Amino acid sequence: MTPYDIQGLQGRRVKDRIFTSLVWGLTFSCLAVVFIILFYIFEKGIGSLNWAIFSQNPKPVGENGGGMLNAIVGSLMVVSIAAILAIPVGVSVGIYLAENRGRKLSDRIALAVDVLQGIPSIVIGIVIYVWIVKPTGKFSSYSGSIALAIMMLPPIIKNTEETLILIPTTLKEASLALGASYFRTTMKVMLPAGIGGIFSGCIIGIARIAGEVAPLLFTAFGNPALNFNILKPVDTIPKVIFTYASSPYDDWHRIAWGGSVILVSFIILLNTIIKIFESRWKVQF
Amino acid sequence: MKNRWRVLENKIFVRWLSIVSIITMILLLVFFLTLLISSWPAIKANGFGFLWGKTWDPVANHFGMLPFLVGTLITSFLSLLISAPFSIAAALFLGEYYPKGLVPNIFRNVIELLAAIPSVVYGFWGLYTVAPLVSKIEMKLHMPAPGVGIFTASIVLSIMLIPYSVSLIRQVISMTPTSLKEAAYALGSTRAEVITKVIIPTNISGISAGFLLSLGRALGETMAVTILIGNSPEIPHNIFSPSYTMASVIANEFTEAVGNIYLSTLIEVGLLLFVVTTIINIIGRMIIKKVSY
Amino acid sequence: MEGTILRTENLRVSFGDNLVVKGINMEIGEKKVTAFMGPSGCGKTTILRAINRLHELTPEAKVEGKIFLHSENINEMEAMTVRRRVGMVFQRPNPFPTMSIYENVISGFTLNGIKLKTDEKNHIVEDALKKVALWDEVKDHLKKRATSLSGGQQQRLCLARAVAMKPEVILLDEPTSALDPLSTAKIEDLLYELKGNYTLIIVTHNMQQAARISDMTAFFYLGELLEYDDTKKVFTNPKNEKTQNYITGRFG
Repeated sequence: MTPYDIQGLQGRRVKDRIFTSLVWGLTFSCLAVVFIILFYIFEKGIGSLNWAIFSQNPKPVGENGGGMLNAIVGSLMVVSIAAILAIPVGVSVGIYLAENRGRKLSDRIALAVDVLQGIPSIVIGIVIYVWIVKPTGKFSSYSGSIALAIMMLPPIIKNTEETLILIPTTLKEASLALGASYFRTTMKVMLPAGIGGIFSGCIIGIARIAGEVAPLLFTAFGNPALNFNILKPVDTIPKVIFTYASSPYDDWHRIAWGGSVILVSFIILLNTIIKIFESRWKVQF
Repeated sequence: MKNRWRVLENKIFVRWLSIVSIITMILLLVFFLTLLISSWPAIKANGFGFLWGKTWDPVANHFGMLPFLVGTLITSFLSLLISAPFSIAAALFLGEYYPKGLVPNIFRNVIELLAAIPSVVYGFWGLYTVAPLVSKIEMKLHMPAPGVGIFTASIVLSIMLIPYSVSLIRQVISMTPTSLKEAAYALGSTRAEVITKVIIPTNISGISAGFLLSLGRALGETMAVTILIGNSPEIPHNIFSPSYTMASVIANEFTEAVGNIYLSTLIEVGLLLFVVTTIINIIGRMIIKKVSY
Repeated sequence: MEGTILRTENLRVSFGDNLVVKGINMEIGEKKVTAFMGPSGCGKTTILRAINRLHELTPEAKVEGKIFLHSENINEMEAMTVRRRVGMVFQRPNPFPTMSIYENVISGFTLNGIKLKTDEKNHIVEDALKKVALWDEVKDHLKKRATSLSGGQQQRLCLARAVAMKPEVILLDEPTSALDPLSTAKIEDLLYELKGNYTLIIVTHNMQQAARISDMTAFFYLGELLEYDDTKKVFTNPKNEKTQNYITGRFG
């Protein structure tokens, strides 16, 4: 007597092998795409980099040369102000969620944070336009920062929450048992113990917004001149890439490639910092 | 005295935590109201016909959104369709075949690098690489060959969706109970059979939620699409046609919109985008939450 | 009782619908070591946590009745004040992982925002560490992370942290249950040393420990106080049958 499925066995084995190779093949093509794109960006970009990109402002249309100093300064300004605004709020909400886990209100807040993460960035740009740019009558660097700060919140909140709930309760109890207030317990015991995770949440947030253009189009707008005033419009690297990429001038394209490679390297650097943090900077309990 | 200050400081802190948390929660509602109020003049002026009006002519104050609606839907679904096999394969590779170890870990980080590239850089890259390729195909097919259009935008968009859907689906897949898989192996199933008949069916709602959330992301993706879609406010004839999406029409025309109704209409487009992506995200997140417990 | 420091009046603690401590009335003597004994789930740790008002962290926990520290009702005091006057050592050593050994000892002050001069700090740290017999072992690396110490050392550090605040009462919740026999012996010796100078309440499963270090022993069963007397009397001549069964090892 033979098992009744023995005839199908050969075919099933073949099918299994085909399936496995399909999984391998498609996965490897994903990896290949990553390398193709990065290679292209770096090849185009590094060749385009020169000192002028970092040290000069844009030349008028038609003239070759010039750089994106104004946009580098602008990006740093818009992103760091966004971080200054978002980090205290994001960490606070994260603390609240970790502290009130399981309650109905905090479940709703957590859902709202998740949904906020999925809102198209351009919509956030419109809202900030209506809130700030329209009433004040002018584009401004700080309005862009506010738009980006809102986009930064979800990763900061989620990382803070997830880090804090992993800290043993006994630690919090130890501090409270010494008579420390909840505030001081949080600031001096909980946050230092979770600093690695919270910090990487902040970096993820910065990495998320550093390359954004859509929310800046009608807030920070753009400015070919070097500007340090947060009340005035300002250029950012991604905005310049967008403007130049849509232009017909080769030299502008060159500068845009330079900007792309600066931006991508910066974000990859941030990602690397996060990985190092997650693996190395762990508090032992 | 000192003690009283400590008590006060503590109270302020606790109050601050709940206030910012509640503000964060109602932010979405405030967004909605902001958009609704600002688009009210347009809603009144354009009426419901706005949704299926075929003509977009700001100069004549004639606004029909159908071209953007069609452009957005085709681009998003097409990109989702292109990325799906890749996403599922990579999610299976990292969540089922090799969930642990150094090499899979490197693979995961490499795929996550795709998320590190800004949208605008994707668009720029696509303009230099994908668009010329598509243009060649178009010439072979004896069509107008601008290179940019729905197909080009969808290809680039599909690459952008991969890291997002892979991480969502991998999480879902890796939560499959081992006992379930073992039961299937014990019956003599091959790995392919375990995957197609056990892992995927048991996680189908989670996987769908992953794709739903990716769709939400595709609908709102702006910069890359704006660079690659061709910006033509007409109903597309085929998948190579230049088109326009809701997000990119806002990006391109918002700062140039003269006249209240024009600006308000663009905000109305934003309102629709907001409502659709919010609903998609609420549903998607709720499913994901349900399956993770 | 002469020199009462703590007194409970009909203390009841419940978690949701589950009444865990069922109306306890007892007095704790000043400068005495009181052992709380009884089988698991008898409510002894719950009482301890009620004295330090730690149940406020658990939303479903409800504490009724009164607890007096001297003559003050602790539920009418600021929780922070109560906790500063009542120290606590937990089952598992829980030094602050982000702080050094030195900083851990002084943490009761820094966490409460009390500013001290370096001299004062040094003095407090040395004094507290000497009291817990840890000074000789750690005096050369006070700047090291507290988590670099062994479990037993960590637990003594936690005791030093509590002692440094000069609390009126120190609560010890099975302080040796997570330690090896050698470290346990050290802590026991230490508690024996502290006897007479401090008011200690120790929850323990270990009968020898209770017999050895405590002046008074309270025996709890299912949330009720069945027996409370001099340790000697409880161990040699228990009045309650359940107590007798427990100390002779027939259940628990």
